[in-house]
Amino acid sequence: MKTTHEATPYIDVRGLKKYFSTKRGTLHAVDDVDLFINRGETLGLVGESGCGKSTLGRCLIRLLEPTAGEIRVNAEDGKGTDITGLGKAKMKEMRKKLQIVFQDPYASLNPRLPVWELIAEPLRVNSFCKSKEDMQKRIRYLMDVVGLAERLENTYPHELDGGRRQRIGVARALALEPEFIVLDEPVSALDVCIQAQILNLLHRLQKEFSYTYLFISHDLSVVKHVSDRIAVMYLGKIVETGEYRELFRKPLHPYTQALLSAIPVAKLNVAREQILLEGDVPSPVNPPPGCRFMPRCHYAQDICSRELPKLREHEPQHFVACHFTGNLQPKTK
Amino acid sequence: MKPTAKNDRIPAPEERLLLEIRDLVIHYETDDGTVHAVENLDLRLRRGETLGFVGETGAGKTTTALGIMRLIPSPPGVIKSGKILFEGEDLLEKSEAEMRAIRGDKIAMIFQDPMTSLNPVMTMGKQIAEVVRLHRKVSEKEALAIAGDMLELVGIPRERIHEYPHQFSGGMKQRVVIAIALVCDPSLLIADEPTTALDVTIQAQVLNLMKKLKQQFSASMILITHDMGIVADICDTVAIMYAGRVVEYADKASLFTCPVHPYTVGLFDSVPDLEDDKEELNVIPGLMPDPMDLPQGCTFHPRCRFAVETCRLEKPAMREVAPGHFVACPVRAKMLREHPEQNAGNEGEN
Amino acid sequence: MEVLFRLKKSPLAMVGLLVVILLVVVALFANVLAPYSYSKQHLTHMFEGPSKNFLLGTDEFGRDILSRLIYGARISLMVGFIAVSIALLAGGVLGAISGYYGGWIDNAIMRVMDVLLSIPQTLLAIAIAASLGPGLFNLMIAVGVSSMPQYARIVRSSVLSIRGMEFIEAAHAVGSSDMRIIFKHILPNSMAPIIVQATLGVAFAILNAAGLSFIGLGIQPPYPEWGAMLSGGRQYIRDYPHLTLYPGLAIMITILALNFLGDGLRDALDPKLKR
Repeated sequence: MKTTHEATPYIDVRGLKKYFSTKRGTLHAVDDVDLFINRGETLGLVGESGCGKSTLGRCLIRLLEPTAGEIRVNAEDGKGTDITGLGKAKMKEMRKKLQIVFQDPYASLNPRLPVWELIAEPLRVNSFCKSKEDMQKRIRYLMDVVGLAERLENTYPHELDGGRRQRIGVARALALEPEFIVLDEPVSALDVCIQAQILNLLHRLQKEFSYTYLFISHDLSVVKHVSDRIAVMYLGKIVETGEYRELFRKPLHPYTQALLSAIPVAKLNVAREQILLEGDVPSPVNPPPGCRFMPRCHYAQDICSRELPKLREHEPQHFVACHFTGNLQPKTK
Repeated sequence: MKPTAKNDRIPAPEERLLLEIRDLVIHYETDDGTVHAVENLDLRLRRGETLGFVGETGAGKTTTALGIMRLIPSPPGVIKSGKILFEGEDLLEKSEAEMRAIRGDKIAMIFQDPMTSLNPVMTMGKQIAEVVRLHRKVSEKEALAIAGDMLELVGIPRERIHEYPHQFSGGMKQRVVIAIALVCDPSLLIADEPTTALDVTIQAQVLNLMKKLKQQFSASMILITHDMGIVADICDTVAIMYAGRVVEYADKASLFTCPVHPYTVGLFDSVPDLEDDKEELNVIPGLMPDPMDLPQGCTFHPRCRFAVETCRLEKPAMREVAPGHFVACPVRAKMLREHPEQNAGNEGEN
Repeated sequence: MEVLFRLKKSPLAMVGLLVVILLVVVALFANVLAPYSYSKQHLTHMFEGPSKNFLLGTDEFGRDILSRLIYGARISLMVGFIAVSIALLAGGVLGAISGYYGGWIDNAIMRVMDVLLSIPQTLLAIAIAASLGPGLFNLMIAVGVSSMPQYARIVRSSVLSIRGMEFIEAAHAVGSSDMRIIFKHILPNSMAPIIVQATLGVAFAILNAAGLSFIGLGIQPPYPEWGAMLSGGRQYIRDYPHLTLYPGLAIMITILALNFLGDGLRDALDPKLKR
C-alpha cells in the first residue's frame, strides 16, 4: 500500500493478522491490515460487532499476540522497532509508551483495590517512582489531571459511578507517561452527559501531553468528533480510511455509505437516503475468498466474489478497498 | 407528524387519551435507604401516538414502564400513590388476575436485551403461540399458524418457527420479540431501549420495521430511549425524564426547535453533532443525584447554570410555555415569556 | 466489614459463628479451663455418671470426660484447620496454575485430580492413613490430601472466570508478571467460594478424622480425640452410655455450627443476593 504521508508515521502497521482457531474453523479476526497513525493525531477506528476493531487495538500493544505482521513504533529520529519481535524484557519497557483504556468501567478495575492502589499498580510494576512520597505525589497529580477529587483516594470502584471509574482507567493509562493510547470504546458504556465530560477530558489531555490516540468505537458521531482520520473496518479488514471531514462528506465504500446513512440524527426533517443493508453482520469464521462485504452489497458484481479488493488511494489521503470505487453500479440481477 | 387517525372527525382531547398517568410515586425500600425512583410523575399518551421517553440511566424510565405493567418487584418496590388510567380505568386498582389478562393482550412490552428476553429452550413458534393461547381461544395448531404469520410480518421466513433462539442473530431475535409483543394487537406497546443492544445497521433495520408496523397496527407506543436521533426518527411526542420526574414534555417539532429545560438543552449539547466541528462539547457538570438523597427543591438545580434561590426551595410544577409544550422550570419559562424570540436551544456562546 | 453485617441477617449463621468462636477459645485455653489433665486416671471413680467432681462423668479408666472433651476440642480443631490448610494450599496452587495457563498443564493437573476424586474421600483418607501409619500428623496429611481435589476444582473455576475480565488485561497492559496477576489480582477476587468450601471443609475434616480414629487409624490413646472417645466407649454403650453420648454431642454440635456458618457465609458473600 502506498502511503503518502510527509514524515514517518509514529505507528506503522503492515500485514497485521490475528487468527483464532475455533471448533467451527479459523476465525479471521484481523485479516491482513495495513494502517498508520501519525504522531499526535487521533485515528478513529469504526465498525460493528465482530469486525475486529477491539482485537486490532489489543494487537497493537501486544495484549494479544499477532498471528503475523509487523507493528513498527517509530521514534522521532526515525528509528523504529518492530514490537512483534521483542522479547519479554524489552516489551515491558515498550509498554510504558503504549497504553490502553478499556470500555467497561466496571470490569476493568480490580474491585478489591482502592483508587490509589489502582493507579499505583503500573508505577509499582515498573518501579517508576523512587520513593513512596514520589509515588504518592504522582498519584495525586494523576488524579488531579483526570478530575478525580483527592478525597476519593481510598474509595473502592463499586462506590463510584461509571464516569469516575473511567477516569481512574484514564489515570492508570497515563501513569507511565505514555506516548500512544488505545482507547477501546472508552465512552460507550457511559450516559450521554458523562460521555461528553470524558470526551472533553481526553481532548484536553491530548492537547496538553501530545498523546497519539487510536479511538475505537461503533458510535460514528463520537468518532467524528474526536478523530483526525478515520478507518472503517468490516470483518477483519479495513475498507476505507480518510480524513474525518472527507469521509463523512464523501464516503466511497458501500459499507461506509450504509453505515453513515444508518446513524439516527438528532435533528428534524433530515432528508437522507437510507441505505438499508439486508441480512446480518456475518461471522468472521472461514471468510469467503472475495470481498467480504459482497453478500450485503447493493453494487456487487462478479469480480467481487472472486477477488479481494486492495486498499487503494482513490483521492489524496482517501483510501478505499473496492473494485468499483467512484463507479458504483447497482447489482445486475 | 402524527399518523392518520382512523376516524374522520377529530375527537375531543380526553377521548383520545389512551394512557394518563397522574402523580405516580414509586419507591424502592432497601436496607440502605429509600430509593425515590419515580416522584410525582405525570404523563399522557394519545391513541396512535408514539411517545419518546428520554432520560439517562437511573432517571426512572424503566421503573415507570414496569409500573404501568404492574411488574415492579415487590419487595422492595412499592407504588406509593398515583393513578394510571388506561382506556379510562385505573390499572393500580386492578387485581393481579385482571392485570395478567391485560399484559400481552392490551399492553405489551419489549425489553432491551434480545439475548435474555427469549426462552432458550423453546422454539420461536411456540413462544409466540404461547402468548396467543393465553389471550385467545385457539387451538395449538391455529396458534402456530398465527406465529408463522407474525414471523413473516417481521421479515423472517415462516419455516423458522421451529428453530430455537440461539439460531437467530441479535437483530432477528429482536424482531421476534416485536412479533410476540404485537401478536394480540395491543393498544399500547412499551418498548424499553429496543435497539440499544444492536449494531447500527441492524438498528436501522429494526427501527424501519417498527415504523412500518406502527402504521399497520396503529398501536400507541411508549419508546424508552436515550438517543435523540431515534426520537427524531420515530416519535411524535417527547417526555424528558430526570431523577424520577418528567421535566419537559412537548411534541417533537416543538422540542427540537426550542428545547427549554436546562437538562434538555444539556442533553442535546452532549451529543456530538455530525454537522458541527466543535472542539469541546458543552457539558452539564456533575452527576445525576443519588435517588436516595435527592436535592431539595428542583432536583436539577445543583447542576443548572440558570438556578436561582427559589430553585433550591420549591419543586417546580409543569407549566405550558407554548401550545402543548410543558416545562418544569419557572426560571426558563419566565425567560421565554420575556424574550420569546430567543431560541433557547441554539444559543451560540457557552 | 460488610460481610459480617450481612451475616447477621441469618440467625443460624450467627449461632454457628458463636459456637465456633467458643470452641476456638476452649481449644486455646484448654489447660486453664479443663479441671483435670486428659490422661489422669482416677481408678476409684471409673464409669461414674455426671457428679460435682466430674461434671460429665468418667470413662473406663476414670478419666474426666469433660477434660478430655476440652483437650479433644484442641485436637479436632487443629486437625480440621490444618488438614484444610494443606488441601487449600496444595489444591489451590494447582488449581490456580491449571486455570491460569490452561492447555496441557490444565489437562494434566485436572486428570490427576479426577483420579483422586473418583475414589470416595473417606476411603482415600483411610488408604493414605493406613499406608502412613498412625499418629496425629499422618492423620492431618491423610485428610488434607484426600480433600485436595475439591479445592483445586473450585480455585480453578474461579480463576477461569476471573481470568477473562478486563482488569486482568489491564494488569497485563501495565507489565505485571503472571505471578503477580495470579496472587494479587485473581486469587483475592476468588475468595468467596473458597471461604465457603473451607468452612464446610473443616467440618468434614473433623468428621473424617473422627472416623479414622474410630477405626483405629490416626490418633492413638491416650490422646483424647473425639472420634477415638466414641470408639472407646462403644463397648460400654449399654451400661454407660455417657461415654459415647458426650463425644458424640460434641462432634454433632461442632459440625452443625460449621455448617450453619458456611451456609451463612455463602449467602453473605454472594453479590447477587445483595438487597
